[in-house]
Amino acid sequence: MNPSISEKIHLTKEHCTELLRMMMLIRRFEERCAELYGEQKIRGFLHLYIGEEANAVGVMQALTPEDAVVATYREHGHALARGLPLPEVMAEMYGKATGSSRGRGGSMHIFNAERRFYGGNAIVGGGLPLAVGLALADKMNGRPRITCCFFGEGAAAEGEFHESMNLAALWKLPVLFVCENNLYAMGTSLERSESETDICQHAKSYRIAAGSVDGMDVVAVEVAARRAVQAVRDGNGPQFLETQTYRFRAHSMFDPELYRDKAEVEKWKERCPIKRFREWILATGTLHESEIAAIEIAIADEVENAVKFAESSPWEPEADLTRDVLTPIKRSALT
Amino acid sequence: MSVLRKVTYRDAVREAIQDAMHRDASVFLMGEDVGRYGGAYGCSKGLLAEFGEDRIRDTPLAEAGFTGAGIGAALGGMRPIVEIMTVNFSLLALDQIVNTAAAIRHMSGGQFSVPLVIRMATGAGRQLAAQHSHSLENWYAHVPGIKVVAPATLADARGMLWTALQDPDPVVMFEHAMLYNDEGEIAAEGDLSMPIEGAAIRRPGTDCSIITYGGSLKKALAAAAELAGENFNCEVIDLRALRPLDGKTILASVEKTHRAVIVDEGWRTGSLAAEISALIMEGAFFALDAPVARVCSAEVPIPYARHLEISATPQVAGIITAVRGVLRR
Ligand SMILES: Cc1ncc(C[n+]2csc(CCOP(=O)(O)OP(=O)(O)O)c2C)c(N)n1
Ligand SMILES: [Mg+2]
Repeated sequence: MNPSISEKIHLTKEHCTELLRMMMLIRRFEERCAELYGEQKIRGFLHLYIGEEANAVGVMQALTPEDAVVATYREHGHALARGLPLPEVMAEMYGKATGSSRGRGGSMHIFNAERRFYGGNAIVGGGLPLAVGLALADKMNGRPRITCCFFGEGAAAEGEFHESMNLAALWKLPVLFVCENNLYAMGTSLERSESETDICQHAKSYRIAAGSVDGMDVVAVEVAARRAVQAVRDGNGPQFLETQTYRFRAHSMFDPELYRDKAEVEKWKERCPIKRFREWILATGTLHESEIAAIEIAIADEVENAVKFAESSPWEPEADLTRDVLTPIKRSALT
Repeated sequence: MSVLRKVTYRDAVREAIQDAMHRDASVFLMGEDVGRYGGAYGCSKGLLAEFGEDRIRDTPLAEAGFTGAGIGAALGGMRPIVEIMTVNFSLLALDQIVNTAAAIRHMSGGQFSVPLVIRMATGAGRQLAAQHSHSLENWYAHVPGIKVVAPATLADARGMLWTALQDPDPVVMFEHAMLYNDEGEIAAEGDLSMPIEGAAIRRPGTDCSIITYGGSLKKALAAAAELAGENFNCEVIDLRALRPLDGKTILASVEKTHRAVIVDEGWRTGSLAAEISALIMEGAFFALDAPVARVCSAEVPIPYARHLEISATPQVAGIITAVRGVLRR
């Protein structure tokens, strides 16, 4: 790890602990979700973020609670790193009434207004125009906050990606676009889907400043995100950050992974962001093995408590099926 | 006696594609993950090895782009099969389908036809929530210039594609996601092609017509079987084609049974069920002994939780209640 980088973001013991803890929490949460999927407690599509934790955790460090976050269907990590309460996220996985979306969304559609977490969008590329609009509203209201939009490299082929890049650049909107390039869109590899495989070039062609970072290195991601976010806050318009990463698991639980080599997956697993950061933390003496073990135990407890909460939570009554289709209008507001 | 063999709906779809590719060199399959991945629902597994990347063409995530390219390729003399993963994603290509594919024949004064087949999965039942579960067949059935089909049986899944490919105009084909694992028997040899127009009576009856299509057919048949135990003898009509609708078969059935229940997984408001109900009212009003009843999806984006998804969509119990309702009047 680059020492000049570690200086810049003050890698205090507290900060390192938090970075490691959050990545480990996301990992544990999702491993548990995979088990619960096997038990059919969680259904539908389940897209795991395992291997990619450093991206959400690193980028979130650069955001304030006032900023907005837009994510995709692979958003458990983003939701947790954004500070959504673990029990409500787990309850949503179960489809319970206490879930973050009252059980209407499930794994792919986690939302939380208080945290300004705008989902949870399962239409590839669908989140980008939304982020542009959130940023437009901020700019029109003179609010000093930004919108951070996460999406996969597969989205770069969609028209909505290109339309959003242009709008954001044209109107100099306060958006940070974070492209999590894990090299595959379902079974289609980047070189089989893009004539220009350097994703940053796409952003640059709209005159958006763009850079890449090792998405398996949480500190590097944080540093790059802080720089990009500062540029957005300074009024330089949208910024684009490509995080180079890899998903260790299948695209979803239905994917037999016929399109990639086991050896390739194993090679990337050596770069596991949690393993790497943990080794660095131990080597530098920032934390001791026993302290990490204590974090692990605390996380396991937290996840089990979330499971218990989800298990014991009620189902939404069927009578309430059609609630929240439209917003109730207060009578007084009409007069 | 004809020889039968066991297949799944998924197999039937795959064989239909495979067979068409063998019979006509201008046929090719194009869509997201149809090649290496084998299709989002596994319908094209193995076809890449057999036909190569040119004809089993993986596309980037670009629904408007590759659907439009399918239209252009059809104009250019090819016979493309465009696969869109689900009807929800087809909305990104709606412009190309409605504004170009459906319109070009007429707005060019009959100079250009678009012999294109667009296949897509539709429907709820897998707890995939509001961006993967909708039934928007009626959006397409609304549009002149295209034909819309919904194979509900193995024989239709195997047989409609070839006929659709022979058609000079765009055909949109809906495969309900809950059908892919269905297993049954189809003819092992001979001409397996099936017409892409006309409804089929899947169960003859005299007391009430249950009119449905796609993923709801098995629910309608299950309801009819249960009602038979109460001595209600229902006729079940599988629409097969959603545009054009086979009014003749529908009206003849209602003339006979004097009662109709329409089962449609689309939302009730502005549904195909509404269209069929109007068609019955216009054509068989005086034959009716009871108002037409509809069993549709509740007016809500399809929710994730299992019990809510079930209560949002047509189920056997709801069909039975609706049929009893019209029979007791
Ligand atoms: C418009 C649209 N088309 C297709 C899909 C099906 N689909 C879901 S995820 C996915 C791959 C997306 O890849 P990428 O953007 O790289 O994100 P990743 O899954 O790798 O995180 C596809 C094709 C979809 N959800 N939305
Ligand atoms: Mg990807």
